Amino acid sequence: MSGGTLQLCLLFSSALFCVGLAGALSRSNSILVLLGIELMLNAANLNFIAFWRFSPQPAPATGAIFVIFSIAVAAAEAAVGLALVISIYRQQKNIRLQEATRLKG
Amino acid sequence: MMTAVLIAILLATLAAAAAAMSLRNLIHSVLLLIGSWLGVAAFYLMAGAEFVAFAQLLVYVGAVSMVVLFAVLLTRRSRTDIAVSPDSVSRAWSAVFAAGAVLAVLVYGVLHSALPHSPPPRPSVTVGQLGALLTGPHSAALLVIGVVLTVAMLGGVVIASTDRPSAKEDEK
Amino acid sequence: MTADSPISDPYLERAPQMLLDLVTGRLPEPWRWLANGLVSIVVILAVFGLLFAALTLAERKILGRVQNRPGPNRTGPFGLLQPIADGIKMLTKEDIVPRDADYLLHLLAPVTLLASSFLAFAVIPYGRHLVPLDLDASVLFFFAVGATTELAIFMAGWSSHNKYSLLAAMRALAQLISYELPLLLAWLPVVMLSGTLSATGIVAAQSGWKLGWIPSWHIFTPWGFAGFVIFMVAALAESNRSPFDLPEAESELIAGHLTEYSGCKYVLFFMAEYFGMTALSGMAVTLFLGGWHAPLPFLEFIPSYAWFGIKILALLLGFIWIRATFPRLRIDQLTRFAWKFLVPLAMINLATAAFWSLSSGWSWPMQVARWAVAIALVVGPFLLMGRRLSAGFAPRTYQYST
Repeated sequence: MSGGTLQLCLLFSSALFCVGLAGALSRSNSILVLLGIELMLNAANLNFIAFWRFSPQPAPATGAIFVIFSIAVAAAEAAVGLALVISIYRQQKNIRLQEATRLKG
Repeated sequence: MMTAVLIAILLATLAAAAAAMSLRNLIHSVLLLIGSWLGVAAFYLMAGAEFVAFAQLLVYVGAVSMVVLFAVLLTRRSRTDIAVSPDSVSRAWSAVFAAGAVLAVLVYGVLHSALPHSPPPRPSVTVGQLGALLTGPHSAALLVIGVVLTVAMLGGVVIASTDRPSAKEDEK
Repeated sequence: MTADSPISDPYLERAPQMLLDLVTGRLPEPWRWLANGLVSIVVILAVFGLLFAALTLAERKILGRVQNRPGPNRTGPFGLLQPIADGIKMLTKEDIVPRDADYLLHLLAPVTLLASSFLAFAVIPYGRHLVPLDLDASVLFFFAVGATTELAIFMAGWSSHNKYSLLAAMRALAQLISYELPLLLAWLPVVMLSGTLSATGIVAAQSGWKLGWIPSWHIFTPWGFAGFVIFMVAALAESNRSPFDLPEAESELIAGHLTEYSGCKYVLFFMAEYFGMTALSGMAVTLFLGGWHAPLPFLEFIPSYAWFGIKILALLLGFIWIRATFPRLRIDQLTRFAWKFLVPLAMINLATAAFWSLSSGWSWPMQVARWAVAIALVVGPFLLMGRRLSAGFAPRTYQYST
């Protein structure tokens, strides 16, 4: 196994991403799906920082800058997503994704 | 020694995330996920990205967690609504298989790509350098992020606010 | 502990470092780093734990005297052993947990709160060479850890299996989130003008005296004074102190989100609140009051940690005085105060500080204009917005009971 620590971090972030994916795909509660998405975003950020730390960089702080923007975007998306969940709850009195079918066909 | 600590942090994060995605109690799920965000912040600190670690703490553990918890509390009709379970066993297993397939592809990619053999000396970026970069080469992105956050805040308030009476009458 | 003090420092300044070397000097290198860290933790815990005990007594005595009664005076001379009696009482009380409560969360809530309140003490510079953790972004660390305390309050309210506790916890969270914004906006001008996020750097930027006797602390500038006032008001709300103590209003809601807590866990919550108050006072001293610097040049013989102690005690006594004086605010009043008054003022303060920074090179006659514009930018919005916020209320009349 070449690449040592970097490979280890990348394997872990892939595993984290897939845990988030499994959670987002299998749950019917909207909030849990949103949590899965947040986990996937975190896994991607972990990837960036692993590369920033363990591999040579052309520009000094690109990894850190990208992660800062990614955290900001994830926070905005969580806020809007949860506002949508509250709005759906108001319509159908529960937050099961299967029942949000009013735009369907 | 440092690698052992790194592995411990990553394992703890992964375990917390896996538990969060599979528990029946929604509040416990959310709290475990917050634990995994703490683990990610610890990883950033180990890697030397101090500012990013504190930003992760402040934004995720300090703010996004509050939004999620308030949403959980505001969208339940009784205390028993907190118990959530996967729709059906087949759906849960198919999700696990799909995620497992993605994991297999990613692991294959990671193991067979030419990664640098020895880690370079620990990079360090001071807050001053980050500030200079953000207001210099990346200033356009900073302004766009400001607009995105403002629009998201306003949009969130508009979406989550109560309907006006005239809209409800139209529905009837 | 940071860099070694040079021999030229007076003896009292070097004393803590010399004591530390005495205790851990003989250990080999990695163990020595660990032992230094452990000694710092034990010292901070001991000092601030004793301060917590003394503060509870001081608060009850001062509140009593303000309310024209003596306060505790039975246990020991002048009631000095009262904290010990309180401690014994709290620790020997039965620990009652409701049957349907979530036992793990019920236990974890005070632990989490205490852990995050205590982490905040790690980055405050207590003296010239006495900062436990000298990070590049230490002020950000302090406020990130402070944001983590909100989680513990939710855990306390949720795990009690009591709908009133839950409502009180949500109300407390609304208050904490609302006041986090003025708190963060109040120190942004300080960072802008000191050029660094590290606490030691901010203290170093406030060294020196203008005209020979006015310290260059940030509080002696218009934007710094406004920032300090906003910071203290937001710190009052962040640590759930009167007049913002609706979450634990003792005379109204039993104990809000802490209703189902008794004995040792209640003491932990209480201790965490006082630790939070002390940590915020310490950070206010660092950001606005010049940290460990002495106010006048000839007073520098008093060691730096003594000056820090004097300033933090003054702020804590100010907290107690405010508690004795003002009535409690309702939740809608305090959220309106935060969003409609403090946040706009803090943003205008940021603009004032930017103007101050850009005009720092002006020549002498223009300096008078600089001060005049800055003071106008601070006082003007305060008066205008205060007038609009209290519009519609009758003018205040006082009736005294003499």
